[in-house]
Amino acid sequence: MSEWVNNNIPTFTHSDIPTFTYSKLNMTSPQLDSKIPAGPIEDKWTKYKSSVPLVNPSNKRRIEVIVVGTGLAGASAAASLAEMGYKVKAFCFQDSPRRAHSIAAQGGINAAKNYQNDGDSIYRLFYDTVKGGDYRSREANVYRLSEVSGSIIDQCVAQGVPFAREYGGLLSNRSFGGVQVQRTFYAAGQTGQQLLLGAYSALQRQVGIGAVQMYTRHEMLDVVKIDGKCRGIIARNLVTGEIERHSGHAVLLCSGGYGNVFYLSTNAMGCNVTAAWKAHRRGAFFGNPCFTQIHPTCIPVSGEHQSKLTLMSESLRNDGRIWVPKKKDDNRPANQIPEAERDYYLERRYPAFGNLVPRDIASRAAKERCDAGYGVGPSKMAVYLDYASAIERYGKGEANKNNIINPTDEQVREMGKDVVKEKYGNLFDMYKQITGEDPYEVPMRIYPAVHYTMGGLWVDYNLMTTVPGLYALGEANFSDHGANRLGASALMQGLADGYFVIPYTVGSYLAGEIRTGEIPTDHEAFVQAEKDVKDKIAKLLSVKGQTSPEHFHRELGKIMWDKCGMARNAKDLQSAILEIRALRKRFWEDVRVMGSADELNPELDKASRVSDFMELGELMCQDALDRNESCGGHFREEYQTEEGEATRDDENYMYVSAWEYNGESNWQLHKEELEYENIKIAQRSYK
Amino acid sequence: MSLTLKVWRQKNKDSEGSLETYALEGISPDMSFLEMFDVLNEQLIHENKEPIAFDHDCREGICGSCSMHINGRPHGPLTGVATCQLHMRSFSDGDTIVVEPWRAVAFPVMKDLVVDRSSFDRIISAGGFVSVNTGNARDANSLPVPKENADEAFMAAACIGCGACVAACKNASAMLFTSAKISQLALLPQGQAERKLRAEKMVAQMDSEGFGACTNTGACSAECPKEISMENIARMNREYLGAKLTSSRV
Amino acid sequence: MSWLTQTLSSSIGKKLIMALTGLFLCTFLIVHMIGNLQLFKSDEGLAFNTYTVFMTTNPFIKTISYGLYAFILIHAFDGLYLAYINQKARAKKYAKVNNQSTWASRNMGILGTVLLVYLVVHMGDFWYEYKFGHLPFKEYTIDLSEGTIIDTRQMPDGFMLNSKIEERLSDDNKSKTVIVKDLYQEAESSFANPLLVLFYILGMAAVSFHLVHGFRSAWQTLGANHPKYNPLFNFLGVWLFAIIIPIAFAAMPVYFFLKQL
Repeated sequence: MSEWVNNNIPTFTHSDIPTFTYSKLNMTSPQLDSKIPAGPIEDKWTKYKSSVPLVNPSNKRRIEVIVVGTGLAGASAAASLAEMGYKVKAFCFQDSPRRAHSIAAQGGINAAKNYQNDGDSIYRLFYDTVKGGDYRSREANVYRLSEVSGSIIDQCVAQGVPFAREYGGLLSNRSFGGVQVQRTFYAAGQTGQQLLLGAYSALQRQVGIGAVQMYTRHEMLDVVKIDGKCRGIIARNLVTGEIERHSGHAVLLCSGGYGNVFYLSTNAMGCNVTAAWKAHRRGAFFGNPCFTQIHPTCIPVSGEHQSKLTLMSESLRNDGRIWVPKKKDDNRPANQIPEAERDYYLERRYPAFGNLVPRDIASRAAKERCDAGYGVGPSKMAVYLDYASAIERYGKGEANKNNIINPTDEQVREMGKDVVKEKYGNLFDMYKQITGEDPYEVPMRIYPAVHYTMGGLWVDYNLMTTVPGLYALGEANFSDHGANRLGASALMQGLADGYFVIPYTVGSYLAGEIRTGEIPTDHEAFVQAEKDVKDKIAKLLSVKGQTSPEHFHRELGKIMWDKCGMARNAKDLQSAILEIRALRKRFWEDVRVMGSADELNPELDKASRVSDFMELGELMCQDALDRNESCGGHFREEYQTEEGEATRDDENYMYVSAWEYNGESNWQLHKEELEYENIKIAQRSYK
Repeated sequence: MSLTLKVWRQKNKDSEGSLETYALEGISPDMSFLEMFDVLNEQLIHENKEPIAFDHDCREGICGSCSMHINGRPHGPLTGVATCQLHMRSFSDGDTIVVEPWRAVAFPVMKDLVVDRSSFDRIISAGGFVSVNTGNARDANSLPVPKENADEAFMAAACIGCGACVAACKNASAMLFTSAKISQLALLPQGQAERKLRAEKMVAQMDSEGFGACTNTGACSAECPKEISMENIARMNREYLGAKLTSSRV
Repeated sequence: MSWLTQTLSSSIGKKLIMALTGLFLCTFLIVHMIGNLQLFKSDEGLAFNTYTVFMTTNPFIKTISYGLYAFILIHAFDGLYLAYINQKARAKKYAKVNNQSTWASRNMGILGTVLLVYLVVHMGDFWYEYKFGHLPFKEYTIDLSEGTIIDTRQMPDGFMLNSKIEERLSDDNKSKTVIVKDLYQEAESSFANPLLVLFYILGMAAVSFHLVHGFRSAWQTLGANHPKYNPLFNFLGVWLFAIIIPIAFAAMPVYFFLKQL
């Protein structure tokens, strides 16, 4: 062990392989009751809704629900539950609930409305989502998601969300990657913002009438369990540093994803796993932690200083062509590389879908080219996204429309640029702002980046975790997206969970809580949880080492990206586990947290979050190591075809991995077998 | 690049603050302004000094957390850009940059560059919504909205609630923020039922928070990272005065 | 509080008061300017002096003028109060400010205060003198067939009339004599003083800056901001109120000053 302190990368020996205990192969663990209602899939939810126990209005007033996080899932849940009459306490670490990272989603939200008369239906959305997720999601949940998707649009429109519209005043739709219908509703490139502001306004309305008590700049640091049930949380007031006890009959974790474990991601700086991780440590199983989505169109890293990555909407792939030079280490500027010397590798490899293949495939293909030495830009870790031919095509179209015969090349380019500007202007501006290059003149450089985590807390059909009374919604749960999420589905899921699922399902638990009465916060469990939190904070402040939390986060991110990122293999994963353990050890010996515990102290917040990421990182690697197949966002180099396509192993791995925490570096794997009764399983092919 | 930074440091809400001067070297023009602050903070930690607290989150110009008054302008020298999307190439080697928090009585400084903008949330709570409970909505396409109205409502709804309008206004007025929400909902059919009440209540809340009145200087719109138009303030005035004159509440 | 006082004491209500009184003062400026253009007539002040009588005796105009005084006071005090609460909204000032707004728009309070001082001096010079001072009278004899002035005569000191004007036809009905309070003469003598001329020019500069923002701003406060009509507001605000009116007014003292050189 001692060599780790000297922060050498440990050499891997067989005896160091982490050991897991397996439940019986391909048999659902008895601890994982998914509580899927019986009956045909299209009737499950309707039947469930009409038979779920209800809580009468006078009882609702006496029941408190805690909601952690105020993104799409959290804000919509808090508002809806308060409307129903529950007493709600909502928490967010930001200075306002409106700043949750759902705000940054660009492209759109899917719904099976079939407004475009192109044959869309609930079943098709369900089918596309399950297939897109590479058959690693739970059928009943996904079907329900598709079923309520239309109501989400209705609800948002009623709230005044300004979706894009046609001249007739009806809603406009666009298409998105990997799908054959137009079912994506959008508000320019700011759909997430508009949806979140809709949910936020519903939430603020409830705050205004006193039905929701809002705690901003508060971070949840533990869940409190009494007699096996979740009874409250411990939160830290990030302004005063005060540790507060809050009791509730149910706790809803809507705390988002954990993409920041990679340090660089498209997540916001504050996005963290802490709430979910504390729940995990208190008994909530963690589902599919290794399923991470790498988004193909992000602005590449420009240097060591980089703090986060910026996504360029997937919609750009509708018109842009992706290429790299045919020659290795070609240092010519893009515009000087002749057509014949360019490799449009997506069009070459996937002629049927071309540049519109799903995210996981586009990302891996970019990585493959760059790893092989064909990357472009100063870092050589980027590929071109080229609008030259789109500009020409649109320009010619405009010339036609305006009856300009024999337009000059210059005219065509100018008219084409105007069309592109109208469609993607804000994205092009953003690219120019960040890189200093004009994408109308030179091809954009893009590279994949961590964007979304399909994994999260394991939940049953009711969205309840393995801890009774503790729920997980939105990106925080292991979700309906299987191993890969389709574009414009995250917004759909967050709002489905918050607006249309939890208001019903929480009743089935709370109906049994009407006699509980107010939960006192002086119970031993609260005292102990508060002490644990305080101890950890004191420990963080007491190390007084040399290295900033930020620095550790960066190191962790590098390990994760290199070894548990877009492509993984057993050897690297095993060594990553050891490296993370060593890093964690070093963290607790050498972290320097400035300031004190009783003031606004972003360094302390950060240190606490990084310490949780370091535990999660190990679990992600373990999960990736366990899953000896390639599926969706999880690509194991050992399991691929000769052409480099993913090889899924349905025989042995058609299950959800749910990990139980049994102490440091000690997890037990439980499996939930996935059954597909309504969809024929097929190999995904986009060739 | 080498820079001199003069940054507002303030221990907490109740203490007096002052501008502190820091020298920074080796700054890349490709860094964002906040990444430059990250470097400065790392440097401070190495010197065993407390790093500078500042609000930031998404770093892609949409969450509205960042709130720096840079060289006399909210969000710095560019138009239509939040601090997080400002890059160091907008500055020159050797520059001195003064960074202050938003200044307004309604935005008290909590620490260094962090201010309390909860007054904005309270303005929204007063009426910045359509009172429609979950599950009560009719089919989305049963209510056509003229494209121009939808587009205009969207432009107003693009507000990120950063508070740059208040910071830029010589009166620390929140009228651009408030009017953006009133406008959005006044332009849409969904907002009609509560139109009058909304305008009355939101303006009353805005006034009670201690923001100044509007002098129509246009500084708010000029500094707004989302370039929200002054037309919204005119619309809010119409909405408010119209509501006061015609609503049934005495 | 009734709804009305509640409305008028809100931030928008206070601005409404500024806008309505301000726009009224703008229309007054137009009337005042057109009337005063008679100063440029080379009739030794006959037209101007009779106009002055009309303006100070016509019951309708008199009623309006009381409204005008009230509006000036309301505009001034509401403006000063607004300036006070507005600066209170930012207790701690910025160390560095780089404004993106026009100078005039930021300094309406200062410009308004300058104008208030100007008004006090201006009204002391003319309004007060005319009403309570001892202005001399002047007699004009006019040929009725030609419409020309045949003769003028300064009335002696201490000459008084029961009214501000007295008209008398000659016995042959060919001419008439008009005896009228000679405010024109007051202007002539006052503007011989270069310092006062300069003060008036500065006053008009303040009017120009105050109105280049104020006129447009008043409409904005009233809710008028529309791409179709904004060019009209801007045109009037700039050309009529910030250029033509202040220049025409400033030309008057300059004209008298040059005339007596």
